[in-house]
Amino acid sequence: MSKFLKNSDLELIDVENIVSNTLNNCDDGELYLENSKSETILLDDNKIKNSSYSADLGYGFRAITDEVIAYSHSNDISKDSLKKSSENLKDTLKSKKGSYNHEIPKSNNKYYKDLNPIEDKSQDSKIKILNQVNDYVRSKGEIVRQVTTSFSGEYKEIEIIRSNGEILNDVRPLVRFNVSVVLEKNGKKETGVYGIGGRQSYDHYLDDQNWKHVCDEAFRIADVNLNSKPAPAGEMKVVLGPGWPAILIHEAIGHGLEGDFNRKKTSAFYNLMGEKVASDGVTIVDDGTINNRRGSLTIDDEGTPTENTVLIENGVLKNFMQDRLNARLMNTKSTGSGRRESYKHIVLPRMRNTMMLNGKYTQEEMIKSVDKGIFAVSFGGGQVDITSGKFVFNCTEAYEITNGKIGSPIKGATLIGDGPSILKEVSMVGNDMKLDPGIGTCGKAGQGVPVGVAQPSILINKMTVGGTQL
Amino acid sequence: MVKDQEYLTNIANKTIELSKQLGATDTSVHVAHSISETVNLRNKKLDESNRSDSFAISITTYIGKKKSTISSSNLSDDNVKTLIERCIGTTKITPDDELNSLPEKNLMAKEIEDLNLFDGNHIPNDKKINILEEVENTAYEESKIINTETDFTENKSNFVLGNSSGFMKGYKTSSFNISCVAVAKNENQMERDYDFISKRHFEDIQNPREIGKNAAFNAAQKLNPKKIKSEKIGIIFDKKISRGILGVLSNAIAAGAIARGTSFLKNKIEHEVFSKSLNVIDDPKIKKGLGSRNFDSEGVEGASLKLIEDGILKSYLIDTYYGKKLNLKSNGRSNGSSNLYFENGTVSVDELLKSNNRNLYITETIGHGTNLVTGDYSVGANGFMVESGEITNPISEITIAGNFNDIFKNITLANDLEFKFSTNSPTLLVEGMVVAGR
Repeated sequence: MSKFLKNSDLELIDVENIVSNTLNNCDDGELYLENSKSETILLDDNKIKNSSYSADLGYGFRAITDEVIAYSHSNDISKDSLKKSSENLKDTLKSKKGSYNHEIPKSNNKYYKDLNPIEDKSQDSKIKILNQVNDYVRSKGEIVRQVTTSFSGEYKEIEIIRSNGEILNDVRPLVRFNVSVVLEKNGKKETGVYGIGGRQSYDHYLDDQNWKHVCDEAFRIADVNLNSKPAPAGEMKVVLGPGWPAILIHEAIGHGLEGDFNRKKTSAFYNLMGEKVASDGVTIVDDGTINNRRGSLTIDDEGTPTENTVLIENGVLKNFMQDRLNARLMNTKSTGSGRRESYKHIVLPRMRNTMMLNGKYTQEEMIKSVDKGIFAVSFGGGQVDITSGKFVFNCTEAYEITNGKIGSPIKGATLIGDGPSILKEVSMVGNDMKLDPGIGTCGKAGQGVPVGVAQPSILINKMTVGGTQL
Repeated sequence: MVKDQEYLTNIANKTIELSKQLGATDTSVHVAHSISETVNLRNKKLDESNRSDSFAISITTYIGKKKSTISSSNLSDDNVKTLIERCIGTTKITPDDELNSLPEKNLMAKEIEDLNLFDGNHIPNDKKINILEEVENTAYEESKIINTETDFTENKSNFVLGNSSGFMKGYKTSSFNISCVAVAKNENQMERDYDFISKRHFEDIQNPREIGKNAAFNAAQKLNPKKIKSEKIGIIFDKKISRGILGVLSNAIAAGAIARGTSFLKNKIEHEVFSKSLNVIDDPKIKKGLGSRNFDSEGVEGASLKLIEDGILKSYLIDTYYGKKLNLKSNGRSNGSSNLYFENGTVSVDELLKSNNRNLYITETIGHGTNLVTGDYSVGANGFMVESGEITNPISEITIAGNFNDIFKNITLANDLEFKFSTNSPTLLVEGMVVAGR
């Protein structure tokens, strides 16, 4: 018996009957049940400022016919509530008739363990480490004005009940460790932030060397910025470092390759399938199958096993990322990219771990080739307008390049570019691919989901740098 | 129907009582129920219908100076008991913090004023769909439009906030929101834009067609944009985004940012931080206001504040905890500003457009390029060139940058203030920002 029904007046057979009865005349849909726990412990200003815990349990009932999605969710798992949702769905789709697609691929692969990171480690041990982190960072000198550090953990169990009584399950752990440092020197203040995370227990992050590395990085970034000068303004060459800067790929290309925008023809990429959209040597994949990664999923939120989807191969657009709805309407298969933030949200095609694969150049060769430009090592957030293709992201660590040499650090500036054309401006792809440290959350239509990115160093011929120095 | 006050109060009272029995010296609890119904149309056809029914409980327990918080969506007696036990367990092992406490009793809201924030009318889905069809039909009157998406969301919520010093109050709120996104296309490219309206009462949505018209017009206007050269230029912020500047002010004067030393406006009370003529008001008690509230998230009543008077910073936004740290009393802003706005300027938008030979009129910014610690600002933008007071061609793929210490002091406000959001600003001009382009 489903543990989701434990304290309710429902037997599994009642649920299956309601689900089948609701979805029989629909093209697709399911009952999605979710039980999630999350915690945050935050140290700030030398004190444990916040220790919070949240427990959420609920269902999302979805019925789809043609393009129309009817959705009803509630945190009241009961016969009454489910029947009310069922009526609501039937009412929305009353004028439509579909035929239920029972096909859902199977796989025995699992990409993370069934563990609960919250219960796995005592609250005491987490508080102890946060205090050690605070002491360690503050011991770096008088210039440290503020240290904020936190652990967040999440444990999510999901169950998908489909119309034929088929039941699919997944258990997803997720943790994150973060350090933010404010330094002050000669009246100037700067911030440095660094974090790590993934689908595993806290143990990995509690190792002395690992948390110290996070502290060192946060301090180093703030320190670099203390010595930064105003950023230049205008078009120039940009070298991106490996790893996290791949959020450029996520913003510039990734969102534009999500199935929904292409089915609706609102993406700048919708008519470019099979076309050359990037320089030779540029290959980009979206991979949900890397062990313990933040963006990995054993099955997506519709029950489809995830896969490694090739988006761009040697410069040519090969695939979009699809959920079941958009795949059906575009006559293709789901790529296991159907995701939702929680039971309160509808499924959308989303990215998982979006990665540009290795090329043949070294970072030194790229820097050497630049007369005037910038070298961007780390970024804050980014954003894209998928229709016009324009995207931005904010540098948090960057340097000027003059005559083939790295020069002074420059202040955080926004870089802006055009998604469909930016990859054609990539003139060198590095051989130093790196995964990001496990900190990304992607926002779409008000829903946040954990994602990963990866890339080697790359050289972009032309981007606009949004500084203040003309 | 959302649950009534009695139902929520009953749960809150039980929570406080049980927490006390289990060892809490103080407790505060927030219990809420909300129902939200949305329909979406795309290209004049139903695309999605979504009904959401959510409970939420958040409990904070204190043991002396120790504190912890727990939240859940499950209000059953069993679960609430488990939550309290867990919360108290965590509280016990959390270190003391001298500043932890419930708000002072005499600052708590005494009476609930009817701010007219609730409209009990329910709009059936069929009627919502009819309205959205009209909106999309209007959008399609613009011939360059190839795609429209609209939604209509109706929210109803009720909540109570209670604590162990005897506070127990709450009230219902509602909102009705209609939005339209339109995509315009020509032979070269596509552009999208949007418009929306949000009101506490359905009857105040007078002419929903306007939303379709505006979204379509704005999207079509953006087609064939140019990229300009990098230069220093006056930037006019459209009303849709000028309020973002007030958002930065509100974050920078939050007591937390001041106390932690992470705001560029630290120690600026009684200093001139804006252009001399500017006034900024935060008024929690505007009737039907989208940011209106009788008290903040701790139950503290807030008066209307003149945060900026003749350009001078007069007050921070203060909660109990950081107030204590700053030796200031809470002014009922634990969840930030309420209805925040610039008082109207003296010039018309036309005059503002004519104020320089050339200006850049920005209608959209993208990215999150505000650094509250330093005041540095750099975001992607698009909009239009303004020459001799006339709007000429669209501009895109540029950034605008500056520092808020300078931006605030170089603002000229137009006189077209409207109350469309919870934070509102007239159209405004900022002199001397840097545009990065070609």
